[in-house]
Amino acid sequence: MPNKRTFVPFKGTAEQEQTLNEVITAHKGKPGANMPVLQKAQEIYGYLPEEVLVKIADGLDVSLSELYGVISFYTQFTVNPKGEHQVSVCMGTACYVKGAADILAEAEKKLGIKAGSITKDGRFSIDATRCIGACGLAPVMTVDEDVYGRLTPGEVAGILEKYL
Amino acid sequence: MSDVNVKVNGIPVSVPAGTTVLDAAAAVGIEIPTLCYMKEINAIGACRICVAEIKGRAGLVASCVYPVAEGMEILTNSETVAKARRTTLELILSNHRTDCLTCARNQNCELQRLSADMGVEDIRFKSDNLQPEIEASTPHLVRDNSKCILCRRCVAVCRVNQGVSVIGPNDRGFATHIGSPYERDLAETGCVSCGQCVAVCPTGALTDNDETGRVWEAIKDPKKHVVVGTAPSVRVTLGECFGNPPGLNVEGKMVTALRRIGFDRVFDVDVSADLTIMEEGTEFLHRVENGGVLPLITSCSPGWIRFCEQFYPEFIPNLSSCKSPQQMFGAMMKTYYAEKSGVAPEDIFVVCIMPCTAKKFENRRDFQSAVEGLADVDVSLTTRELARMINRAGLKFNSLPDEEFDPAFGVSTGAGLIFGATGGVMEAALRTVSEIVTGREAKSLEFHDVRGVKGIKEASYNLDGKTVNVAVCSGLANARALLESVKSGEKKYDFIEIMGCPGGCVNGGGQPIQPQSVRNSTDLRAVRAAALYGTDKEMPLRKSHENPLIKELYATYLEKPGSHKAHKLLHTKYKARAKYAV
Repeated sequence: MPNKRTFVPFKGTAEQEQTLNEVITAHKGKPGANMPVLQKAQEIYGYLPEEVLVKIADGLDVSLSELYGVISFYTQFTVNPKGEHQVSVCMGTACYVKGAADILAEAEKKLGIKAGSITKDGRFSIDATRCIGACGLAPVMTVDEDVYGRLTPGEVAGILEKYL
Repeated sequence: MSDVNVKVNGIPVSVPAGTTVLDAAAAVGIEIPTLCYMKEINAIGACRICVAEIKGRAGLVASCVYPVAEGMEILTNSETVAKARRTTLELILSNHRTDCLTCARNQNCELQRLSADMGVEDIRFKSDNLQPEIEASTPHLVRDNSKCILCRRCVAVCRVNQGVSVIGPNDRGFATHIGSPYERDLAETGCVSCGQCVAVCPTGALTDNDETGRVWEAIKDPKKHVVVGTAPSVRVTLGECFGNPPGLNVEGKMVTALRRIGFDRVFDVDVSADLTIMEEGTEFLHRVENGGVLPLITSCSPGWIRFCEQFYPEFIPNLSSCKSPQQMFGAMMKTYYAEKSGVAPEDIFVVCIMPCTAKKFENRRDFQSAVEGLADVDVSLTTRELARMINRAGLKFNSLPDEEFDPAFGVSTGAGLIFGATGGVMEAALRTVSEIVTGREAKSLEFHDVRGVKGIKEASYNLDGKTVNVAVCSGLANARALLESVKSGEKKYDFIEIMGCPGGCVNGGGQPIQPQSVRNSTDLRAVRAAALYGTDKEMPLRKSHENPLIKELYATYLEKPGSHKAHKLLHTKYKARAKYAV
């Protein structure tokens, strides 16, 4: 299940933990603390693995299931770190009707991972995103800052190879 | 607060300000259908089944959360309302795997009932690819999200009543589903197996891990001597499975049914409840006299035990080392009864009928085998599973004659019986301990301060010049509050009874399913408990230490309460458990 379980081992540092603890202390007991703390925690670690969420749950005295409900609801949160190269396939309406699902399937096949996860070596991650506002170029895939439009599935492998 | 005047379907009524539309309608005898609403536990306006129309207001309101206002004219059954409700129901059905004929909740399903009431004869929006989504990692329940309607009642009891909170709605939109953090198996979470979620699920999404098959097999096996014991509370709830009102004691019919199902012996776990009192009472006095760890906390409720091991391991030394009555029953069957009856322990198959799903977890625990290599209890069934066996045996339960338990382990006391209600263990213990300490018969056998459905009860008793402070608590969220107050030093007690389920075993997670509409209007905890206390009052024996079987047991087998042998057979050990999987 992509982006539901963390696939890479946790390597948090003492500095990160200290920063997180400060954030928790600053918000503890205040109404609506969950969202800002989760956002800061993702800034600190880049993603929200179970090890981090457990610290927040105990720190804020809320349950892990409540926090997980929040992070699985909002797409801004991720339970897997992003790769060195971030591949995104737009799943907005225009891209979708122009065959974005096939583009995504091709990228997943090439990298051997599902959307929402990261390759074992940490080099690539794939996301299926909401509309990125480039409907005129549908279907669209981006790799890092580079935009590739009017794609056919046959072109995907060649594009990704440039970043290998 | 002042009253406001409203009209519900033209009927004028005056209700306190702040009353919801749902309750205002109820005040004039109109039942608005609900799915997600649970009185005092879950009012989230999520399912939209309870919608109502307010004259002059655009759109419909969720009556379970919408407060009335002066002059409001409420329509609960207008064409707009009926149409909206029906469409909502049809949309819920479109994403519900309807295999009613083979569903454990057939004829006892709120969704099925609602569909029938609203006359849904055709599912207009069909989903053709619904497959079972089975989660069966725990010993006690099976979850099938393909039958889940996302009402969140399970989430509410887990969070609000139990403070365990290991499930919640994950993801969003069409992907929303009930699950655990990081989609872990329920068995990897802090789930304590209390089964409160199963008891409140409106559909077949949460059901028992049905172990009746194993019991039928044992009964069919000519080599097995199959004994069954029934928990105190089961006799006052089982009748509900056969259409009887809550609070009816059907002990006699239950015994007959068990015999006709084919059990070789039908025994009463109330006896081992009495045994628990002897052991636990002795343990309490021993701790008081020898400066042992106090408060002593009861250990009858396996959901509570698991909760303690997981969330409050610092209280493990406070837990009574006594096995629960179920486990004491099994232990006595495979030792004392085996010896007395001349049946080899390995040929005895022990079945317990329990109000509880956590008992399925308990009988698989370590340190629960009086005879090495043999589990004390082979199978633990819920009240619901017993009802299923009775139906399968073709018995007309309500027409059965009354029979009595087999005498070898079937003479019980009122003390053992009231174990089924919150405060019952404490009261039973007080009846015995007070007589042991004072050496004279107690003036009154009734300890009313520890009775009732209140989540936390406190009382002080004078035992021969010594004040004993006790607390009684049910529901794990209450247990959390109580333990925090003990931890902070705010409260000091000598003896605490804790039951995992709100109201104790009468409201256990394994008890008969009652639709939420009944739960909202009837306090099942109180009604079922009243049947126990009513029977206790009429019983010739009301004190554990006066039970002739208990006297014989100690005289001929266990020596005395707390003896070396009693410890070996009737006591157990606990271990701290991790709260999280990482």
